[in-house]
Amino acid sequence: MRKEMLLPAAAVALLYLVLALLRQAGVIGIYWGQIVDLALITTIQAVGLSLIYGFAGQFSLGHAAFYGLGAYVAAFITRTQGGTPLTFALALLAGAAVAGIVALIIGLPILRLRSDYLGIATLGFGIIVKVMLDNADKLSPVLGGARGMAGIPRLTTFHWVFWLAVLTILIARNLVNSSHGRSCIAVREDEVAADIMGIDTTQFKTLAFVMGCAMAGLAGGLYAHLYSFLHPSSFDFLKSFDVLLVVVLGGLGSLTGTVVTSIGWVFLLEGLRDVLGQQFLDWRWVVYALILIAVMIARPQGLMGGKELSLDMLLRRRAARGGADHGAA
Amino acid sequence: MALLECRNVSRHFGGLRALSGLDLSLEQGEVVGLIGPNGAGKTTVFNVITGVFPPTEGEVLLEGRVLNGLKPYRITQLGIARTFQNIRLFREMSVLHNVMAAMHPRCGYGLVDALLRTARFGRREREMRDEALALLERMNLADRAHDKAGSLPYGDQRRLEIARALATHPKVLLLDEPAAGMNPAEVDELVELIRGIAGDFGLTVLLIEHQMGLVMNLCERLVVLDFGEVIAKGTPGEIQRNPRVLEAYLGKGVV
Amino acid sequence: MEHLLEQTLNGLQLGFVYALIAVGYTMVYGIIKLINFAHGDVFMIGAFVAVFGFTSWGLPWPLAILVAMLACAVLGMGIERLAYRPLRIKGAPRIAALITAIGVSLFIEYFTSLDFVFGSDYRNVPRVLPERRWEIFGVSINNVQVLVLVTVLVLVVFLQLVVYRTKVGKAMRAVSQDMDAARLMGIDVDRIIGFTFALGSALAAAAGALFAMAYPQIHPFMGIMPGLKAFTAAVLGGIGSIPGALLGALVMGQVEVLTAAYLTTDFRDAIAFALLILVLLFRPTGLLGKTAPEKV
Repeated sequence: MRKEMLLPAAAVALLYLVLALLRQAGVIGIYWGQIVDLALITTIQAVGLSLIYGFAGQFSLGHAAFYGLGAYVAAFITRTQGGTPLTFALALLAGAAVAGIVALIIGLPILRLRSDYLGIATLGFGIIVKVMLDNADKLSPVLGGARGMAGIPRLTTFHWVFWLAVLTILIARNLVNSSHGRSCIAVREDEVAADIMGIDTTQFKTLAFVMGCAMAGLAGGLYAHLYSFLHPSSFDFLKSFDVLLVVVLGGLGSLTGTVVTSIGWVFLLEGLRDVLGQQFLDWRWVVYALILIAVMIARPQGLMGGKELSLDMLLRRRAARGGADHGAA
Repeated sequence: MALLECRNVSRHFGGLRALSGLDLSLEQGEVVGLIGPNGAGKTTVFNVITGVFPPTEGEVLLEGRVLNGLKPYRITQLGIARTFQNIRLFREMSVLHNVMAAMHPRCGYGLVDALLRTARFGRREREMRDEALALLERMNLADRAHDKAGSLPYGDQRRLEIARALATHPKVLLLDEPAAGMNPAEVDELVELIRGIAGDFGLTVLLIEHQMGLVMNLCERLVVLDFGEVIAKGTPGEIQRNPRVLEAYLGKGVV
Repeated sequence: MEHLLEQTLNGLQLGFVYALIAVGYTMVYGIIKLINFAHGDVFMIGAFVAVFGFTSWGLPWPLAILVAMLACAVLGMGIERLAYRPLRIKGAPRIAALITAIGVSLFIEYFTSLDFVFGSDYRNVPRVLPERRWEIFGVSINNVQVLVLVTVLVLVVFLQLVVYRTKVGKAMRAVSQDMDAARLMGIDVDRIIGFTFALGSALAAAAGALFAMAYPQIHPFMGIMPGLKAFTAAVLGGIGSIPGALLGALVMGQVEVLTAAYLTTDFRDAIAFALLILVLLFRPTGLLGKTAPEKV
C-alpha cells in the first residue's frame, strides 16, 4: 500500500472497530444499529447515483427501480436457496449483476436522450418496474406481489454493510480519479466537446449508468436482508427522488459530499422522530420538507459544491484556524 | 497526396444550403486561412470535417481515408482536432484535467487497471500528467494548471482550447477564431504561438479568423467563402487584390 | 361497438382533465425550464377548495370552481415567489429548483394531511348534480361527463385567447423564447413568470374540481399520480408546447382507459409509460416538440 493511503485506511479501520465495539457492548442498541446499517446502505445507493448524475451528468429519476431489482433478486435467491453466508454473498452479487445488466439493456437506447427527457424516461422505467413488482406474484408466489415479500432471512449485519460500503466508495473513488472518470466528467460538462476530443460519449454514459445501477442493486440486496420484508411501495418513484436529493444536497460531483449527506439524511429523518416526540410525529415530513427547501435555497450548489472533503483538508484547516487564533491572541 | 481533402462537399439544413460543392485540400505542414463574411459557412466546414454534421453530399478524406459516416470521436482519434468559436471547455474541471481528458484514447490502461490502481495505471497517469503539464507550459498556462477552466480569463481559455486540442495528438488542427476577443498584444503573442506549435508538432493548420492582420501574417494560403461557396483561393497578396472578395466583404458597387 | 365508444368517451374525459393539468406544466417549463413537481398538489388543493365550496359553503358548482381557481392562482404565485424566485435570483442551477419543487410538493402533501388541515383520510364527494343519463346513438353519456368536457373546452379556448390574443400572453411567449431579450425589451419578467404560475395553477384547480366530480373521492395525496401522468402527457406531446400538452393528454387518457378496458388493469400504468419511452426514442422531444440541431 502506498504511503498516502495509510492514514485514510487507518481511519476507516478505526471507525469500524469503534462502531463494532459500541454495538457489541450494547451502547448502540438494535434500533440505532439498524439505522446505522440503513445509513450505510443509503450511502451505497447514493454513491451509485452520484456516479451517474453527479459525475457523468446523466439525469436519472429511476434509481429506486434498480435498488428494488437488486432487493427482489437477492431476496428470491436466499428465500429459495437457503440463508447461508455463501448464498447471501451470491445473492448480493446476483442482485448487483441483474441491476447492472438491466441498466445496460435499457441504458443503451435511452441514454441517447438528453437532460430532462432522460429523467422522464428513467422515471417511466421506474414506474414500469414498480408495476412489475406489484404483479411479481404471477411469476413466482414467493415474490409476494402487492402483498409484499415476507420471510427473507435477516442476514445483513454491520460487518457486511460497512465493508461493502467501503468497497463501493473505493471503487467510485478509483473510477472518478482515472482517465475513464475524467471522460465521464467531460461528458457531463459538454457532451459535444467531449465527443470532438476523442471520447466515445456513449461508452462512458453507459459505463457510469451500469456501475451506478449495479451499486443500487447491491444496496437493495442488503436492504432486503436487513428488515426481512419487502414491499413494492419501497421502490416507487418517490424513493428515486429521495436518492436524487441526497446526491444534489451533497453537491454534484463530490463523492464525500454524497457520503456525508446520505448518512446525515438518514439520521435527520430518524432524529426528527426523536425530537418531535409521539405527539408531533405527524409533523415529521412537514418539517423535513421545510428543511429541504431552506437548505436548497441557502446552498443551491449543495453542501460541498463539487469539492471533496479530505483528511488533509480538515487537518490543514484546523491548523490554519489554530494559527489565526494565535494571531488574534 | 493531400493530407486532408474535401471533395465536392455540401451540407444542407432543411432547405438551407449552408455549404455547396466545397473543394479543399491541405498539404502536410501548411497553414491555411479560411475567411469570409459572417454566415458564409466557415464553421460549417469545420463541423463537416469533424463529423458533427456529416456532409449531405461529397466526401471528406484524411490521408486518403474517407471519413464520411464516422462519429466525431473516431475522426478525432484518426488525427483531426479543433477548437470552438464559442469556447467549449469542460468548465468545472481543472485546466490540467481538461488537457488530460483529451488524452483518454491513448491512456493505455483499462477499467480494471483504474479500479485496482495497478502499476500500469500509476505509470501512465504520471506520464500523461507530465505531458499535459508540458503542453500547458508551452501554452503559457502552467501556473493555472489547478484552477477551474471556467475561471480563466478569456484569452487563457482560448489558449487552453488549443492545448486541449493538441493533447489529442492531431495531424490536422482546426482553429475557429482563435484570436476572437483578444487585444493586439495577445494577438501578436498568439501568432508566434501558433507558428511555433505548428512547426514543433509538424501540424497542418486550417484556421478561421476575422482579424486580417493575423491571417495575412500567419497563413501561406487563403480560401474565401461566401454564401457556402468558395469564391477565391490564393496567397494573402492575391486575395487582397481580388475584386470578388472585396465585393463579398464590402458589398456591390464599392469596387 | 357501443362499448368501445363509451370507453373512448371515458378516455376523453380523463384526457381532458389531464390536459388542464398538463398545460400548467408545459407553460412553466416553457418559461423557466422547471419541472414543477408541486403542480399536482395545486391540483389537489383545487379539488379540496371546490368540494368545500359546494358542500360546506353551499356555493353553486360554477362558483365553487371559480373560487378554487382563484385560491390556487394565489397559491401558485405564492409558491413561485417564496420558493423558486429566490433561487432564480441567485442564479442557482436548474436542479436546485427541481429539488425545491419536490420539497414544496412534500410540504403541501404532508401539511394538508395534518388533522387540523384536511386530515389524511379519504373523503367521499357528494353528487354535485342529480344524475342524468342520455342515450345518443346507443352510447350512454351522463351529465357529469358533459360538464367536464364542456368546462375543459371553455377553459382551453380561454387559455388560447389569453396566450395568443392578449398583451400579457404575448409577453409570456416572448419570455419563453428568450428571457434576457424580453427583459431588455422592458418586459417585467418576474411578473410574467408569476402570471404564468397563476394561470397554470388556476387551470390545475379547475382540473382538480372536475376530477373530484368525475371520480368522487379526495385525499391529500390524490395529486401525485394525475400530476405525474399529466406531466408525462406534456412530455409526450413535446414539453413547452401548449398544443403538444393537449395532444399528449388526449393520447394518455385514451391509452389508460382503453388498456384498462381491453388489455389489463394490472399493467395499465406500465403500458402508458412504456409508450412514453417508445415515443421519446423515436421523437426525442415529443410528438410536437421542435428538434433543432445544437449550434456548435
